[in-house]
Amino acid sequence: MAAPAMERPGVAESRTQTITIAKGLNTGLRAAMERDPKVLVMGEDVGKLGGVFRVTDGLQKDFGEHRVLDTPLAESGIVGTAIGLALRGFRPVCEIQFDGFIYPGFDQIVSQLAKLHYRSQGKLKMPVVIRVPFGGGIGAVEHHSESPESLFAHIAGLKVVSCSNPADAYWMLQQAIECDDPVLFFEPKRRYYEKGQLDTEAEPQPLFTSRVMRQGSSATLVTYGPMVKTCLDAAKAAEEEGTDLEVVDLRTLSPLDLGPVFDSVRRTGRLVMACEAPGESSVSSEVAARVQQECFYSLEAPVMRVTGFDSPYPPSRLEEGYLPDLDRVLHAVDRSLAY
Amino acid sequence: MSPEQWTRSGKPDGSPEQRTETGTASGPGATAGTPSREQVIAGLRATSEGGADLVQLLTPEGERLSHPDFDIDITPDQLRDLYRDMVLIRRADREGNALQRQGQLGIWVPLLGQEAAQIGAGRAMKPQDMAFPSYREHGIAWCRGVDPTELLGIFRGTDHGSWDPREVGMHLYTIVIGNQCLNATGYAMGQKFEGKVGNADGDPSANEATMAFFGDGATSQGDVHEGMAWAAVYDAPVVFFCQNNQWAISEPTERQTRVPLYERAAGYGFPGIRVDGNDVLASLAVSNWAMDQCRHGNGPVLVEAFTYRMDAHTTTDDPTRYRLHDELEAWKLKDPIERLRVHLVREQIADQDFFDRIDAEADELAARFRDYCVNMTDPGSDRIFSEVYAEPSAPLEAQRAEHQQYLEGFADAAVGHDAEGSVH
Repeated sequence: MAAPAMERPGVAESRTQTITIAKGLNTGLRAAMERDPKVLVMGEDVGKLGGVFRVTDGLQKDFGEHRVLDTPLAESGIVGTAIGLALRGFRPVCEIQFDGFIYPGFDQIVSQLAKLHYRSQGKLKMPVVIRVPFGGGIGAVEHHSESPESLFAHIAGLKVVSCSNPADAYWMLQQAIECDDPVLFFEPKRRYYEKGQLDTEAEPQPLFTSRVMRQGSSATLVTYGPMVKTCLDAAKAAEEEGTDLEVVDLRTLSPLDLGPVFDSVRRTGRLVMACEAPGESSVSSEVAARVQQECFYSLEAPVMRVTGFDSPYPPSRLEEGYLPDLDRVLHAVDRSLAY
Repeated sequence: MSPEQWTRSGKPDGSPEQRTETGTASGPGATAGTPSREQVIAGLRATSEGGADLVQLLTPEGERLSHPDFDIDITPDQLRDLYRDMVLIRRADREGNALQRQGQLGIWVPLLGQEAAQIGAGRAMKPQDMAFPSYREHGIAWCRGVDPTELLGIFRGTDHGSWDPREVGMHLYTIVIGNQCLNATGYAMGQKFEGKVGNADGDPSANEATMAFFGDGATSQGDVHEGMAWAAVYDAPVVFFCQNNQWAISEPTERQTRVPLYERAAGYGFPGIRVDGNDVLASLAVSNWAMDQCRHGNGPVLVEAFTYRMDAHTTTDDPTRYRLHDELEAWKLKDPIERLRVHLVREQIADQDFFDRIDAEADELAARFRDYCVNMTDPGSDRIFSEVYAEPSAPLEAQRAEHQQYLEGFADAAVGHDAEGSVH
């Protein structure tokens, strides 16, 4: 799903390519590194191996070991030293190998990365990006399929985004790197090899904005990351039944850009929020709270949430039952429409 | 065998001087499942006494020693300057303590007893270096040109640190134990990546290095371990300066380690040196050497300054609950300032005039410190929302505006401007 091509009269042709999310990230990272010698990549296995998902493939060969660091096996170390490098003027792009391994770094993220700008009253900037492959559906063992984004969205001083398609992957990563604030960049790992269109000459929308992916009038379906595709598929299926769903990709989880969501709900009167993460005290809770606050009189039905269950991510043979799928999304839509 | 039976050998009162036969934990190796009393004591003792490896250049009695590896060429002027440094920072520290007792500060973190460790380390640093303190390094702040009044905001509750790290070469205080060691290692890696380390041409002393400060308690934190492991892997030019002041609030060093802390460095593959932390000359000499090693690209280095926390952990702490007063009395005999004073007098490097002048300067500093403190005003309430992000966040700005409106809704709303010019 490409970023909407802006009307630009006079542009003869755009360079559009078909690309995977992983390759979109790789290409965007390369562009950022070429533009700014202060951009570093650091994490476990990101150098020689090119990352376990090959997102950093080829970068160490071209940029060298001082710009693409194979770090010791220590997430707190990765984030903590990145902070020191940022204090020195670098722009580190850290990789946490899998979502479930971010926790050793949580202290540095919350206690230092999130707070240094505020603590120093603006003197110290933390232009650090922490890339995190997240979400399930890959048949993995424990700790490799988590969705911890809500933990970070809750922390003042951090920004949290998630791309859902190759074009967003390409643009959003570069924008995150240029952002002077610390950004947690969540990448839907089960979508890494899915393809989409990328126009490298398009004008990207600002990083911290959401986007209507599909227009509709029956109900508003709000989602992000790996669930965007699920919701678009659900909308296609619903269309055949005569239900016209509007799908909004949040893209940014903190700060939330809910303007388009409010506009949508004021038109449709119904909201269904879908995400993989457990619903308890989550981003979906936040969206629901804000929508009922801003669109109270427009709502025809309570806000519905389709989320992971409030239990640890199960052994992979059960994950299809755990992850919200097209059926559960449409079930929630039906419940909403029944009001 | 119960822990109560593990007494220090020698006199029963357990004071440091009576802990004999120090050094490394060599001794009969434990061959049985349960080690013998002697074997355990050999290990425990190693953490409790200065040890044969302790680097000392000025005895508690003020006599100069030489050391084969670490000596120092020091002029009378420099000696007098070091004395002045220690006296002044102690005076500010005592004033801080008093101000807290008088309700002018919410809390004060005393550095009493650790002046020599910090002044020695701080004076080894050059303008191009960077210090990463914990929260007790007022002596390092002093050396980096941060006036003691600039520390007050943290303890008064008006800020979280007010100096500009980029200007003074010292990071803000880090309260989460050990975090700063990783940040320091990262910074030092950056110095190296930028080619500011190990330059043979030009002035080698213009090369850069970093110093990370932490205590004995911190060495149990994973971040300190990771900082050392990373620094070793990347040859980062960072001196890990550990002030072992024997206590982490109520827990003695034996609760943190079995091995003398300086020996940990060997595990990572770099030098570890234990220095008499109450000896400003030794602290300076070893810090000079360690920083030079880093400047030349031979980093990292661990320096363990063996010292004592003469006061409580903070003004909120009550050491009478966990340590004996006679331990304090024993360490008073090793006072860092007194030994230098005696040396200055005996060597006729300073006269009464000098001491009077320093005391007068200390009085002035204390008065200025106090005056500044009692006249501190609270920041405007808008500080709650300011500078959270480099690029403003729309939801937070909306919250800020909403709260602003709410405050203005009060009948007695005092609409004024704080220092930043925003309305509160």
